[in-house]
Amino acid sequence: MQEKVLMKGNEAIAEAAILAGCRHYFGYPITPQTEVAAYMAKKMPKIGGTFLQAESEIAAINMVYGVASTGKLSMTSSSSPGISLKCEGISYLAGADLPALIVNVQRGGPGLGGIQPSQSDYFLATRGPGHGDFHVLVLAPASVQEMADLTGLAFKLARKYRMPAMLLADGTMGQMMEPVCLPDPAEAEEKAPDWAAVGTGCARVHNIINSLELSPAVLEQKNIERYERYAIAEKEEPRWEEFMMEDAEICVVSYGITARVSRNAIVEARKKGIKVGMIRPITLWPFPKAPLLKAADQVKSFLCVELNMGQMTEDVELAIRCKKPVGLCSRVGGMIPTPAEVLAKIEKANEEGG
Amino acid sequence: MNAKRLTLFAGHYGSGKTNIALNYARALHETGHTVTIADLDIVNPYFRTKDSEEALRKEGIELICSEYANSNLDVPAMPKEIYGLIEGRDRMGVLDIGGDDRGALALGRYVPEILKENDYDMRFVVSFTRPLTRTAQEAVEVMGEILEACKLPFTGIVNNTNLGPDTTAEDVLRSVKKAKELSELTGLPVRMTCAEKSLCPQLKGIENLFPLSIQRLYYMMNSEVPNG
Repeated sequence: MQEKVLMKGNEAIAEAAILAGCRHYFGYPITPQTEVAAYMAKKMPKIGGTFLQAESEIAAINMVYGVASTGKLSMTSSSSPGISLKCEGISYLAGADLPALIVNVQRGGPGLGGIQPSQSDYFLATRGPGHGDFHVLVLAPASVQEMADLTGLAFKLARKYRMPAMLLADGTMGQMMEPVCLPDPAEAEEKAPDWAAVGTGCARVHNIINSLELSPAVLEQKNIERYERYAIAEKEEPRWEEFMMEDAEICVVSYGITARVSRNAIVEARKKGIKVGMIRPITLWPFPKAPLLKAADQVKSFLCVELNMGQMTEDVELAIRCKKPVGLCSRVGGMIPTPAEVLAKIEKANEEGG
Repeated sequence: MNAKRLTLFAGHYGSGKTNIALNYARALHETGHTVTIADLDIVNPYFRTKDSEEALRKEGIELICSEYANSNLDVPAMPKEIYGLIEGRDRMGVLDIGGDDRGALALGRYVPEILKENDYDMRFVVSFTRPLTRTAQEAVEVMGEILEACKLPFTGIVNNTNLGPDTTAEDVLRSVKKAKELSELTGLPVRMTCAEKSLCPQLKGIENLFPLSIQRLYYMMNSEVPNG
């Protein structure tokens, strides 16, 4: 751990990526994530890395594909409309089983939407952002410290499962400043992974990085094998945090910035004697189904708090097998609910019971 | 307060310019001056002086900021009223400049007029806990970039070293040496050392100590619960 510094969330992502060993960043500016690119532009040339502002988001994601093919860590970052553009490339990364990091500092949509914070890319991120059968790992930080920590973790998991990973933050997380302890630099990898296209040295058969498969039977098998890997990730990698759940009768489910607002509301509700707690998913894919299913036997109801029209409620209903009602407290378009608004919904849920 | 007619706060982004500009404008206002605070930030999309608009209005401090601040429109527009403040010469002005050279670029168009009047104080705000200004030498680099962008020479340094809500008196005390070093490197005086009000009793020995009131948005708060 290094000495504590004060950072913007976007800067913390950039610095943590560098510390994780990433030396290749490709991007295109868009509010509210531009500081990631700005930081990389300043820092990468000084450490022998590559910062490249591509001509478009599509170009940037394909440059990521190129570097990832050599087994090196590479990343891009953008905000919602830019992520839509990158989806084709993300699908190609998934089809070629390449690890890479895509940062999405979400803003309001659909379309050009606005520049204020949002979580409305939940579906896009968790259902596989692009065409074809695939998933990406999705991590949702709720503090500047987690912006740094989960960036490192995202690279690690992407490597482990040969999958693209998405850090799904929102504009507030990107722009807010908090003290953060950065990790120590990761040790440099000496050897490229076995699958990387780094030259055979005439000592082995070629590694081919490609998502095109001419034989339908082989393509089917590749899809099946990919989903076997996903099944392992779904078993091993869900991460979440529980807050005041021991005796909770209402379970708030929230991630990112809204989890912070919810914490404020839960503390207030507890003062009023309402038994409420929170399960905060840290990974959105794989989704922490087990703790939610367990909570379903304990609580009267669930309340999702998010900055979209209720996208996560579907995952909660699936996770708890519709055993209990799932309510929603949300603001959209760049608005953020106040703790008072969340508290009012908690109180209503408490009156309604199961 | 022996203040010039215009006080400008520029520096690396995230060094605390907006908070300091707000506190400084209030301090001027309390000593009986008619004060206007102008937000010249064309970089930052969130957390702007506009957040304090209503409070300032109630206190009787005029705020000039882009009509697009805090909106969903990403347009780096400057409000026309800034010309009135700079050329009118009828009231005190506190100018909050956007971060880094990119932010300071927008100041350039007003600089000839500011130099002509020559009643200004251009202060460089620095926090040595920011990753790209950890040392005096790095701060000098940022100063050079800002000067290159706006062409208005600095006249003083504001040391605002902090770790947000985690700041201790020690953090501020430790930063004094670096601020001095920056002062020696640039030949500019340290005009303010900022610290949140509650820390100030522990920092009495510091010259030009400037107490800050900081308003944090609810979602900026950690909301850790004591004893679970």
